[in-house]
Amino acid sequence: MPSPEQWTRPEPGAGPAATAAEPTPEQVIAGLRATTEGGAELTQLLTPEGERVSSAMFDPYVADIDVEALRGLYRDMVLVRRADREANAMQRQGQLGIWVPLLGQEAAQVGSGRALKPHDMAFPSYREHGVAYTRGVDFRELLGIFRCTDHGGWDFQQHRFHPYTIVIGNQVLNAAGYAMGQKFDGKVGGADAEDTAEATICYFGDGATSQGDVHEGFVWAAVYDAPLVFFCQNNQWAISEPTERQSRLPLYQRARGYGFPGIRVDGNDVLGCLAVTRWALEECRHGNGPVLIEAFTYRMDAHTTTDDPTRYRLTDELEVWKHKDPIERVRVHLARSGGADQEFFDDVQAEADRFAAELRDYCFNMPEPPPERVFANVYAEASPVLEAQREEYLSYLAGFGAGEH
Amino acid sequence: MAAPVKSTVDTPTSSVQNLTIGKALNLGLRRAMEADDKVIVMGEDVGKLGGVFRITDGLQKDFGEHRVLDTPLAESGIIGTAVGLAVRGYRPVCEIQFEGFIFPGFDQISSQVAKLHYRTQGKVKVPIVIRVPYGGGIGAVEHHSESPESLFSHIAGLKVVSCSNPVDAYWMIQQAISADDPVLFFEPKRLYHSGALKAPVDTAATPDPLFASRVLRRGDAATLVAYGPSVKVCLDAATAAEEEGRALEVIDLRTLSPLDLEPVFESVRRTGRLITVSEASAESSLTSEIAARVQQECFYSLEAPVLRVTGFDTPYPPSKLEEHFLPDLDRVLHAVDRALDW
Repeated sequence: MPSPEQWTRPEPGAGPAATAAEPTPEQVIAGLRATTEGGAELTQLLTPEGERVSSAMFDPYVADIDVEALRGLYRDMVLVRRADREANAMQRQGQLGIWVPLLGQEAAQVGSGRALKPHDMAFPSYREHGVAYTRGVDFRELLGIFRCTDHGGWDFQQHRFHPYTIVIGNQVLNAAGYAMGQKFDGKVGGADAEDTAEATICYFGDGATSQGDVHEGFVWAAVYDAPLVFFCQNNQWAISEPTERQSRLPLYQRARGYGFPGIRVDGNDVLGCLAVTRWALEECRHGNGPVLIEAFTYRMDAHTTTDDPTRYRLTDELEVWKHKDPIERVRVHLARSGGADQEFFDDVQAEADRFAAELRDYCFNMPEPPPERVFANVYAEASPVLEAQREEYLSYLAGFGAGEH
Repeated sequence: MAAPVKSTVDTPTSSVQNLTIGKALNLGLRRAMEADDKVIVMGEDVGKLGGVFRITDGLQKDFGEHRVLDTPLAESGIIGTAVGLAVRGYRPVCEIQFEGFIFPGFDQISSQVAKLHYRTQGKVKVPIVIRVPYGGGIGAVEHHSESPESLFSHIAGLKVVSCSNPVDAYWMIQQAISADDPVLFFEPKRLYHSGALKAPVDTAATPDPLFASRVLRRGDAATLVAYGPSVKVCLDAATAAEEEGRALEVIDLRTLSPLDLEPVFESVRRTGRLITVSEASAESSLTSEIAARVQQECFYSLEAPVLRVTGFDTPYPPSKLEEHFLPDLDRVLHAVDRALDW
């Protein structure tokens, strides 16, 4: 039986070409292993069974995570998941135009997000609601994008959380440029690195790794020694296309070709993600960036609410990943170690329900954007041509009476 | 194109220097970098080499490698990292080596550069200048002679300008850099080092606004509208027509987005005839846009249809054939004859 490392690059003549439409039974089984095991080099601090695994390299990066801090990470993930489920339901009720669920990726997002310091910068794609939460962005501020009343309204500078980027891979180059700026500004390395040093983290998925912009982002960050952590959430599926349609080798190994470290972490292990990301950010702040992290996780829900995963993936696969749930393993660990009792879990759940109710209430009462918004902020310095177009349309609208139509 | 390497600009005794377009751009870039240390120049070969056209000659030597970046060879990377640098507070000036190579960067230009300000309701500004040498007439191989400016003027969120002479080159590049919007800056590459176009540039003068067209020559028989490399063609045509007793008005658009067409409307109301000239293919181009606007604003003043003298609706031909493709003095005058004989 081929190992997970091998199965995406079969020996010549050993089986059907990689472009074959239907996988062989062996490939299916191997694929299940690949998506469930993560390979020998998977960094993991908390197993799916909730057991703490020691790591000489990464334990120091979570030495400060006591029971209280772990309860905090648990709470973060429960709140984020609850909000995600609420938003998904609101899409089904027609209150949101679309939702991009993060179910299953809570540990990757909360773990990496909590690794950031306030002055670090984050560049998300469009599924990073959990990271947004850790950056202090009000979850309600994400809804405008999906209710289609705006394209994102949070204060990007204050939260140091860039706008969502929907064109796959674009943000990787933008992040590389930002990190270059941090370096040019003298924010990397130096004796006082602990206090003033900055780093940038950039989020993208397994599908994005095929984009030219991601390749170019790797090149740019490498040749300019940019303090940039590439955080790839490999959730195994780019809509309907599995990771082996994007790469012959495990994604973290690509870093080697660009001359910087790559590491694969259990993306469903919040402690592992926190430790590995803290390590990577420290490397960057000290001038040893960039670093690629592949968070090996699973998209438990559809790509978006318009997607139907039953058309392209096996139910068995989903069932296997349910046993590796990112929240459940923390809950088990806390319960077993006496770090939390049922009252704590009940309280967190009640808080999450209130959080979701507030989200729902806010969503239902969001104002419609006024028609002038169509024309607003196209330019920093107004265009007379556009101004004329605006005036003409608004006076046309006014012709229907008091702006109603 | 072996321009002598001159690392620093001599301090002139007066504020007036006689410059080519290329030297004027170089001096304008230098002034912008002196005025604001957030201005950085980035692109392929712009540092040690000074750019393949030497427009950035000497800048890296004087401002350092962190202000003038010899980048990896990838246009999406140049534009995409410039976006991040702009978010960080820099004012990047990107050089695209030839207009035919801009398309790997088209995605970043259209998806990020043009839309970030709108997407964020003005919270994120993108003060990037993208310099693009464009146009034909240099006997080059494929992808080195095109005129893609209409593709960019079509995209909301971008501003697009083109200079046609040394004075504008000097001022417009500085104005574009200090603008808070992204500006595509199209440079007429075949005129970079034209001695005939060399002109006194008064660096102490007050420049015209960036986003304004300008009447270069008054006339009452017909109006010629052009930009970039075609302006010289129109001025030459007007000189020739004058010998035949026809006074042609010539307008340099300068700004392609937003268009400043009031001077064109005013002119057409007097002349009744308009010929637009551009090296770009005609279909769905700036010349189409001008014709549409003029018929809307000057309908009752027109004595003839708006005529266009442009590159053909073909890819740019092998350059042994470019004299057939590029608008020249004779094709412009032929169009003037048609307009006057209508």
